[in-house]
Amino acid sequence: MLRSTPASALAAVSAGGAVGASARYGLTAAFPHSTFDVATLVANVIGGFLIGSLMVLITEVYPGSRLIRPFLGVGVLGGFTTFSAYIIDIGRAASGGATFIAVAFAFTTLAAALLAAAAGMYTTRRFHGRRGATE
Amino acid sequence: MTLLLVAVGAAIGAPLRFLTDRVLAHYTGHDLPWGTFVVNVVGSGLAVFLAVALTDSGLTALLVIGFCGALTTYSTLSYETLVLVEAGRWHHALANVAANLGGGLAAGMAGFVLAHLLFG
Repeated sequence: MLRSTPASALAAVSAGGAVGASARYGLTAAFPHSTFDVATLVANVIGGFLIGSLMVLITEVYPGSRLIRPFLGVGVLGGFTTFSAYIIDIGRAASGGATFIAVAFAFTTLAAALLAAAAGMYTTRRFHGRRGATE
Repeated sequence: MTLLLVAVGAAIGAPLRFLTDRVLAHYTGHDLPWGTFVVNVVGSGLAVFLAVALTDSGLTALLVIGFCGALTTYSTLSYETLVLVEAGRWHHALANVAANLGGGLAAGMAGFVLAHLLFG
């Protein structure tokens, strides 16, 4: 089944990942690193909104685009957002004694990213005059 | 220079996530997002291990920020969880976020302990 994975899709994911991670790294320069990394939170929330919007566009509005999802979805947004830095930040705050900040950061990110993805899906459906599956 | 190292690490980490997802979907089906769970747990454990073990800032940029950062994902986790919610599968959605968070933290702790045991 690995042989059925087209090289063009792998290349698109790889290039997209490099672009997305570079943008994430650029964000860390824009935000001061205090007890936890604000940039990680911001990247994960923005990435959540964009993936919600993108997935509605490519599954409901413009289906059939072959390399858009590997490049933009799996690559750029997958590389832009990160779970490992999120776990590192929780661990740093907790091991530094800031337990409340660790827990708050963990659940704030989770709630904000999910709400942002839902908002991305909802607004894109509204914009394109479609109704969601469970609205 | 650091930016280039981040980009190179991500250029390897992101397609590895893509391949992991495809392999796991082949064996476990598309019912539950196992691929994202596996890369997030493995990537978190590895990232914490490397963050403790590595002292060189270039290697940290390449492997922790770039490779592990792109191997793991928050956007796909968010989207896949919402797909479960839209299908009315609230229990699976809740289990998905709990498994990623719990698994990621457990793997992170294991990586932390292992790195300190090895490199003290």
